[in-house]
Amino acid sequence: MLTVDSLSVGFPGNQVLQDVNFHLPQGSFCGLIGTNGSGKTTLLRTILGLVTPDKGKIETGVGGIGYVPQKIQLDPFMPLRARDVVALGIDGHHLGVPLPSPSRRRAVDSMLAEVGATEFANRRVGDLSGGQQQRIMIAHALVRGPRLLLLDEPLANLDIRSVAEVIALLHKLVVEQKITVLLSAHDMNPLLPVMNQIVYLAHGRSVSGAVEEVVRSSVLSSLYGYHIDVIQVHGRVLVVAAVGAEARTTEMAHEPVHVTSIP
Amino acid sequence: MAMFSPAIFITTAGFFHNSAVHVALAIGGSAAVVSAIVGVFTVLRAQSFAGHALADISSAGGSAALLFGLPPLVGFLAMAMLAAGGMEVVGARQIRERDLVSGVVLGAGLGLTALFLYLDISMTTASNAANMVMFGSMFTIAPETMIPALWVAVLALVMCVLLYRPLLLIAIDPDLATIRGLNVRLIGLLYLLTLSIAVALSAMTIGAILSTALLIGPAAAAIRWSCRPGPAIIIASVIAISATWGGIFLAYDSFYWTRNHGWPVSFFIVTIIFLAYLASGRTTALARLRRAITA
Repeated sequence: MLTVDSLSVGFPGNQVLQDVNFHLPQGSFCGLIGTNGSGKTTLLRTILGLVTPDKGKIETGVGGIGYVPQKIQLDPFMPLRARDVVALGIDGHHLGVPLPSPSRRRAVDSMLAEVGATEFANRRVGDLSGGQQQRIMIAHALVRGPRLLLLDEPLANLDIRSVAEVIALLHKLVVEQKITVLLSAHDMNPLLPVMNQIVYLAHGRSVSGAVEEVVRSSVLSSLYGYHIDVIQVHGRVLVVAAVGAEARTTEMAHEPVHVTSIP
Repeated sequence: MAMFSPAIFITTAGFFHNSAVHVALAIGGSAAVVSAIVGVFTVLRAQSFAGHALADISSAGGSAALLFGLPPLVGFLAMAMLAAGGMEVVGARQIRERDLVSGVVLGAGLGLTALFLYLDISMTTASNAANMVMFGSMFTIAPETMIPALWVAVLALVMCVLLYRPLLLIAIDPDLATIRGLNVRLIGLLYLLTLSIAVALSAMTIGAILSTALLIGPAAAAIRWSCRPGPAIIIASVIAISATWGGIFLAYDSFYWTRNHGWPVSFFIVTIIFLAYLASGRTTALARLRRAITA
């Protein structure tokens, strides 16, 4: 469960979030969608308590929060195996050297199996592919059994197959363990088959609800402050600004696209 | 090449009965173990340059101690800790920013070193001050330094044990540590103070300039050999202590096989470390080749 109520966050000379509201019931799979710089990371960091809001309230319920940070770049020579990274999710905040513990090892093995990472558990984590590293970071975040999982752009820089695998894994966790997932992305399309909630951020403001309620021309035009077309092409959704305006397609993988006309 | 004698390892009989050797083995060994362990975390945190900078800056303390008649350990340690605190106060989290801060503090420290070494040479009888401070002089370490040095080494080892898991977690991502309730900045400061102990000990033994070799070399070789932090620390310690004790032995022996022109300990230590690093690259490449063939 996650409730964000009238949340505003700003830095000197930059109001990042203004009056953001949404509620995610337990077991939601929510996409936090917006272009680069729309405030997705700031919102996640505020929920985590890493950023102090100017005003507003956040309720996360019981059970703690798991977090997968953005753009983890693990050194190829880092002397940590995949299982060591997961184990640090259990007691990495404790002082001292960990003593051998069967229960700790069982918890790690069980989590590795849960995310389908048993096969590469003993490999150096920096040698793993991007998708495998994301699995390990998800296992690290979940090994203490949080009820809310925040992921900051976990699909960025992954190939298409890895994107599908990570989304399928998260969907399985939501269905089987009733975890609430809030995942930031600038492309909503890979998430469309699995997400049942969406929080759409633009210019620091937000709209939220079921996907079909939010991803509509009238709703997004109101959010952006100018006319927005929502176009469906072969099951993919394109969010495009009107003729003559700066156009941003949330379908595109990286940078916004600027067009002057739409055929 | 008339300075060389054909005989090798001719002096082992006197080696273990020499009090200067005892001091060198004890202080060198402790410096090696501390540097190796701290070095693994230094490589993990991508703070090799900070380690090098702290070592060079500590030379200002070492040269000041000579000038004022203080124990060298006090000088090296005080200046390294002061610089470590200064680096953390600036509070740079990004690697690039950290390197800039390290570089600026390094420049200031070396300026002080230049001044103190000039004053050492011109105002005291320490005509060999520059060589002692920058390149070490292990056989001339005062025996009364041994006990304080060992206590300082123990303190650094305790800090490494305490900070073991938090440092690993922070190496993955500092935010992960923060949301788990760790004070990342405080841990960073404690780590830098531990690093300053390691570089002060090694600067006192193999010299400020070469202490980076003891800090980074064994750790860099060890993390190529092992993908686990515990074994990497053990391997780094074995390399460092083998290099240090081996270097002491060879330097002692070289006095005879070079006909009374003993070579510096530091030279042998860094050479052994360099060879270990080269060997680690070779075995790593072979392991990758084997994996590629079997895949």
